[in-house]
Amino acid sequence: MSKKSLESAISIIKADKVFNMGRNDEVQALSRIDLDIKAGDFITLIGPSGCGKSTLLRLVADLLTPTAGEIKVFGQTANQARRDQSYGMVFQHAGLFDWRNVSENIELPLELKGWSKADRQVRSQEMLKLVRLEEFGDHFPSQLSGGMQQRVSIARALSFEPRLLLMDEPFGALDEMTREHMQLELLRIWRQTGTTVVFVTHSIPEAAFLSSRVVVLSARPGRVHSEIVVNLADRTDETREDPEFFRVTTEVREALRAVEE
Amino acid sequence: MKNKHLASFGPPLIVGIVGLVLWEAVVTVFKIKEILLPKPSSIGSQLIENWGVLRHATWETGKIAVSGLLVGVLLGVLLALVTNRFKVLNDGFTPLAIAINATPIIALAPIFNVWFGITGVLSNQAVVIAVVFFPVFINTAKGLNEVHPNEIELMHSYAANEWIILREVRVPNSLPFFANSLRLAAPLSVIAAIVAEYFGGPQDRIGTFITSSAGFAKYDVAWSAIVMASGLGLLLFGSAIVTERLSMPWRVSGDLDN
Repeated sequence: MSKKSLESAISIIKADKVFNMGRNDEVQALSRIDLDIKAGDFITLIGPSGCGKSTLLRLVADLLTPTAGEIKVFGQTANQARRDQSYGMVFQHAGLFDWRNVSENIELPLELKGWSKADRQVRSQEMLKLVRLEEFGDHFPSQLSGGMQQRVSIARALSFEPRLLLMDEPFGALDEMTREHMQLELLRIWRQTGTTVVFVTHSIPEAAFLSSRVVVLSARPGRVHSEIVVNLADRTDETREDPEFFRVTTEVREALRAVEE
Repeated sequence: MKNKHLASFGPPLIVGIVGLVLWEAVVTVFKIKEILLPKPSSIGSQLIENWGVLRHATWETGKIAVSGLLVGVLLGVLLALVTNRFKVLNDGFTPLAIAINATPIIALAPIFNVWFGITGVLSNQAVVIAVVFFPVFINTAKGLNEVHPNEIELMHSYAANEWIILREVRVPNSLPFFANSLRLAAPLSVIAAIVAEYFGGPQDRIGTFITSSAGFAKYDVAWSAIVMASGLGLLLFGSAIVTERLSMPWRVSGDLDN
């Protein structure tokens, strides 16, 4: 099921991140991170809190600059990739703008790119269909449930068809049932669009269920402890009772125990 | 929606009428001196008797309050935008403004008479501007600043510059804060105008009407002017609320429960 491709989506070579360099409160967040992510992969980053997984995601997004090392996104520098809008981003906080209705929220990145109104409307309609919220284009975000808001946030991130989707604990604030439903939705969207996904989570079952590869980070400074390949065929609700699913969750759990010590 | 709004006027209206009737009854039954508390009915008859003068005075005081309010709001919003853009200014200005806002600015009224002239309207306007400016500046600046960090990161991920972030995120985000400050500032502008008139300015105003009637022990006349002042305050407060509703249609919409 995972689309094997030789093209590299993200390559991180010996990346370091130090906050407050040279000050008393200097913190080394990440140390010598090496990571290669192929186009079409679904990668989750997992680790104890404070391991720098969100920081690593922000380095890829060029929202933070590495202290040392090199980050390439589709062969470009992270900065160039951001300027070209090569990725869409989804946060735990849906970050929808209250003053825009659902369609207008989805159209925001297109507006900033200078799309015409007609083109924007066609696209936001397609996106609403993708996340199954066709009926809600005219609603304001405050009228939607948390799960619906997060689906709008995903639609907005995918509206300009980026090749990469960066997600920072997007389902962290949702209840368990909504969360499992959203995971299925996300996998469907991933299959439908072929987008490369980097997904930060602290949930072991979530990592095992979603990814083609789980990257376990150790804490302070964050390093890549291990990478666990997931060989699940079709993922449905039954997958959560599959022996391979148990194998992966166990392996991830043991890796996390090892880094906590 | 409309009916619900109208219905919400019912209870306070009833309480208000009952209150007036009780007031009238208490003053009559306990034979309270008119000097201490005039009856609503005598305040009403003074209102009718002095209508021409009162209407003129309310109009003139209203002009001072509204013009001072508009200038104060404009200055407050402009400075909030400028300090938001330049961090140094923000760090220097905002704590100072918060401190000044905690002082009774209205106490400056006699000083302003010395600065801007005791007979003209300028000193009265200056008091209104000073009183309105600080809450508007402080709240609007807060609204421009208090944006969720993820929302700023999102805009950066679109390679949006600071100008676009201001237009698309900070300004709309500050609207509810600005609206709150307007609710405060609108009635404050009337208070400031009247208190300023107690100390100086032209003589045909609500403030001077109240002081001169009270000086001649015509308390029912003074009360009739107070009624006009209250009406003016309510009118401006109401306009602030209408402005708020019109500028933020997304805030009145109900929740969808699922």
